[in-house]
Amino acid sequence: MWQMAVEDETPLLHVKNIKKYFPITTPFGKVKGHVKAVDNIDFALHKRETLGLVGESGCGKSTTGRTIMRLTEPTAGEAIYKGKDLFQLKGQELQALRREIQMVFQDPYSSLDPKQIIGHAIEEPLTIHKLGAKKERMERAMDLLHKVGLREDQYYRYPHEFSGGQRQRIGIARALAVDPAIVICDEPVSALDVSIQSQVINLLQELQHNYDLSYVFIAHDLSVVRHISDSIGVMYLGRMMEKAPTEELFAQPLHPYTQALLSAVPIPNPKLKKERIILKGDIPTPINPPAGCVFHTRCPYAEARCRTEIPMPRDLGMNHVVACHLYD
Amino acid sequence: MQKECLLEVSGLKTTFLTENGPVTVVNGVSFQVSAGETLGVVGESGCGKSVTSESILRLLNEKTTRYEGEINYKNRNLLSLTEEEMRSIRGNEISMIFQDPMTSLNPVYTIGDQIAETIMIHQKVGKKAAFAKAVEMLRLTGIPSPEKRVHEYPHELSGGMRQRVMIAIALACQPKLLVADEPTTALDVTIQTQILDLIQDLKQQLDMGVILITHDLGVVAEVCTRVVVMYLGEVVEEAGVEELFENPLHPYTQGLLQSVPQLDGDRSKKLYVIKGAVPSLTNVPKGCRFAPRCNYATDLCRQSEPELMGNRHKVRCWHADTNLQKEGELYVADGS
Repeated sequence: MWQMAVEDETPLLHVKNIKKYFPITTPFGKVKGHVKAVDNIDFALHKRETLGLVGESGCGKSTTGRTIMRLTEPTAGEAIYKGKDLFQLKGQELQALRREIQMVFQDPYSSLDPKQIIGHAIEEPLTIHKLGAKKERMERAMDLLHKVGLREDQYYRYPHEFSGGQRQRIGIARALAVDPAIVICDEPVSALDVSIQSQVINLLQELQHNYDLSYVFIAHDLSVVRHISDSIGVMYLGRMMEKAPTEELFAQPLHPYTQALLSAVPIPNPKLKKERIILKGDIPTPINPPAGCVFHTRCPYAEARCRTEIPMPRDLGMNHVVACHLYD
Repeated sequence: MQKECLLEVSGLKTTFLTENGPVTVVNGVSFQVSAGETLGVVGESGCGKSVTSESILRLLNEKTTRYEGEINYKNRNLLSLTEEEMRSIRGNEISMIFQDPMTSLNPVYTIGDQIAETIMIHQKVGKKAAFAKAVEMLRLTGIPSPEKRVHEYPHELSGGMRQRVMIAIALACQPKLLVADEPTTALDVTIQTQILDLIQDLKQQLDMGVILITHDLGVVAEVCTRVVVMYLGEVVEEAGVEELFENPLHPYTQGLLQSVPQLDGDRSKKLYVIKGAVPSLTNVPKGCRFAPRCNYATDLCRQSEPELMGNRHKVRCWHADTNLQKEGELYVADGS
């Protein structure tokens, strides 16, 4: 319903080759290696578009989101927003741009201050960005409560009085307080029960439609990501394995990892006995990722070249990008 | 080919004695499990699915918990056994695996010690024999080079490996019944498939009954033979897996099935929403417990509570027959 054609070609946010390496130090502070949490991730986010980032734990999807927000400093790369590189901004300029990119976190229980009434929690971003007088801020908070499906009289309540789903609504209201253009949603529905999950997904879509928002939607649940995203990036061990428009990715998954991931999703239909690709082994640690293609240790099609040469992302048409030697 | 009934839970009622008075968390739950069968117990948080499984093994603090009803296993009511008798059943005849493999293993013992411990408690074997059995169990659960792994500590293993170790401990004494409480919830999807496959495999090899507690309807569809749906401490529907997914009768089950986004679903449609939230157990609605969230609720539903009715397909709803006829209508999301 909300998936409209992308009107203009220049993306709202263009992330180029970002890297985030966390140093591993000895007890004396000597750097002895790096965890390559995010390694050369590229993507473009257009206005009103939702980009899904999927992958299993440790694939770097959350770190990607946090790096764009500058919650952790990037090791390398660029993130171009409105002609400016987010990673070069400092002080006032950074503050101003941060207003336009907001984040919704996974755990609605730990992302709210238990001693702060939720009205004030929603107003806090406005106070930080010095927007509006006290009374206006309060009105704005009341308005937001209403928009996310809560009642205005709940302004004076404390977080413990709300359920998980309601807390996630508060988190969303808070992110929207400063009128952002982009919202980075980091696993926003993973902690919620199925019946509540669908309420929050619908709310996110409604808000996107009403306020022209762009989302980076980070999640591990493929069915949820498929439902909400216009295009999807599949990550594994800090690298982007495949990236394509949603319909295209599901109709024709090209990367062996994507294929395995899709086939592993349990389908709520007992009659459908599908062929499952069961990957052997575990996800290797990002401290010492495999040489060559990071997936080769679990890939059923791995050949000699995969063990030595890193596959470069290739565009196979229709915006379908895949990093795999099978398609060279 | 109906096999003998292994475990029969009938009218189980588990009440927590809290500071604010008793709270009944499981209210009159009944079901049966036979050998070679996987029974799925599904529901959202607070529906009492985990407490049901903990009641079967009597894992709850008995000073603050009151059990009523019967749990019959091999002609004995587990609820009337002494603690000592119960101990000879836990881990031996009935085993359990838990959701979080990170916290259910002891960090200061090697995994070999922990598997051998179970074996030595229940079988009269020495340490050496127990360790040999531990290696064998690790091999059975698909852990590579088990002779080496058996001397490792839990922190040296990944999440999926740790869950395999949990399974090895649970199955070390070849129990007749395995209770798996959300065994794959903490794991990644590709690891989840491995573990579910392993449980299915071992179930067949050892001819066990399995009770699989989960919130994931996809998992239920893939591995269970029969399903019990719980809501607010009660069973609202029970049926064979194909029957339940094809022909869900309770509005709650229907809602649950609809609200999950599907891999082949229509993306332009809004997701179906069950209105409201699960009420608190201290303030249970009068009449049918689902009535405040149900689109079909009538005065009858708000006044008196329906019984779980039916034979092979059981449902707790006053309007189950009419729902069946109106099935087509329900599939239109209300958009609230």
